[in-house]
Amino acid sequence: MDIRLTVNGRPHTLDVDPRMSLLDLLRERLGLIGSKKGCDHGQCGACTVLVEGRRANSCLALAVAMDGLSVTTVEGLADGEHLHPLQAAFIEHDAFQCGYCTPGQLCSAAGMLGEPGPSAVTENLLDDPELTPHEIRERMSGNLCRCGAYVNIVSAISEVAR
Amino acid sequence: MRPFDYARAASAADAVRRYRPGTMYLGGGTNLVDLMRLGVARPEHLLDVSRLPLDAVEEVRGRLRVGAAVRNTDLAVHPLVRARYPMLARAVLTGASGQIRNMATVAGNLLQRTRCAYFQDVSRPCNKRRPGSGCPAIEGDHSNLAVLGHSGACVATHPSDMAVALAALEAEVHVTGPGGDRIIPMPGLHRLPGDAPERDTVLEPGDLVTAVELPPPPPGASLYRKVRERASFAFALVSIAAVLDVAADGTVAGCRIALGGLAHAPWRAERAERELIGRPATGGAFLAAAESELEQARPLPRNAYKVPMARDLIVNTLEELAP
Ligand code: FES
Ligand code: FES
Repeated sequence: MDIRLTVNGRPHTLDVDPRMSLLDLLRERLGLIGSKKGCDHGQCGACTVLVEGRRANSCLALAVAMDGLSVTTVEGLADGEHLHPLQAAFIEHDAFQCGYCTPGQLCSAAGMLGEPGPSAVTENLLDDPELTPHEIRERMSGNLCRCGAYVNIVSAISEVAR
Repeated sequence: MRPFDYARAASAADAVRRYRPGTMYLGGGTNLVDLMRLGVARPEHLLDVSRLPLDAVEEVRGRLRVGAAVRNTDLAVHPLVRARYPMLARAVLTGASGQIRNMATVAGNLLQRTRCAYFQDVSRPCNKRRPGSGCPAIEGDHSNLAVLGHSGACVATHPSDMAVALAALEAEVHVTGPGGDRIIPMPGLHRLPGDAPERDTVLEPGDLVTAVELPPPPPGASLYRKVRERASFAFALVSIAAVLDVAADGTVAGCRIALGGLAHAPWRAERAERELIGRPATGGAFLAAAESELEQARPLPRNAYKVPMARDLIVNTLEELAP
């Protein structure tokens, strides 16, 4: 099936098998291997990308269902030679060890910073709360890090959230 | 994954018209795509309904109408949901992860399948997946499965948090299908397994959920609370959606309790609710009501912990709601 997809600002027309996930399309057809396959079941967040600016697990999205949409991967976060503030903060705070979860953490954090409103740990649901470390931990719970770099990931995101 | 063809429906009526045996409707895909990858779901035709114009949250004569394709995130952060139905916002926010809530639809949340490990493993028997093949969970790992309303054929639980809040709020599920339109009041959408555990709900082939409608919130204070094995991104062991209205003389004027994680469907604790009406809103009365509800429990060897956990959750939640 033919689909049209904008990836990191570039339009593509692609013939895809309906079974192909967005993650496999990005990695295998477009050579964008930043997004990682950790579990392929929606449980680890390593495949997180932005679809129409909102974070999503690309392993759970069928490529055919993304027809006409625009996707941003970790490769599209930086502005030319200028790192995205989250990328700079991750380096500054030493927020990774092996780096496998990092592309997903970065895309997830970029999406999360644009998501208004309360989370499950917000006391008053009418609030648009400040992104304390407690709030960041809850909002980032869809991204696992097998190296356990969570402490530094939270401080990197906190710096950008300020 | 088995080959299938993919098409996008133009409208709800178009989806129903195109439905034929072997068709499955696709919403956000967060459960269905995974089940297809596992070989548990094997559609021949996938009909995408996720982009139908059923994506609005609107106020209609004091009620709130939520389109079936509204994403979980958009439901939870909607100002009217946060202000009038905080229990529902809280339930949705405690489910899944930020990414999954962005993708998952309201109808998909209701129609997600059990996470019972045997159901998800095609190398094992399962009456829900392959009717008549048996239920290994009864002898095997049922530590997070049902203690209420299960049968000798199936001990699965329904995993949704949102559905538990909708059961307490007595929401209506609006459905269209080959047999016409109808309205199913919650908690009537999901069924107990009996001897047909392959049927999670009362929906018929080709039925499409189009909206969920919330009546005005009942009087009283409400809470959604969830007990789970880790602090976030985990299914409930036990959860509760509770509303308590206490009269000026300190007695219970109104009460609604729905429990999650305990049964094949959100469990409305009607016995406990009935017992509490007119009784003083005190810990003793809450405990007696919880115990009488849970007298119906038939725990299995490895999930008996859920009975005292549910009892304590009911009592603590009602105590917190009492003035
Ligand atoms: S690879 Fe998508 S969530 Fe793990
Ligand atoms: S840095 Fe290794 S998995 Fe996160």
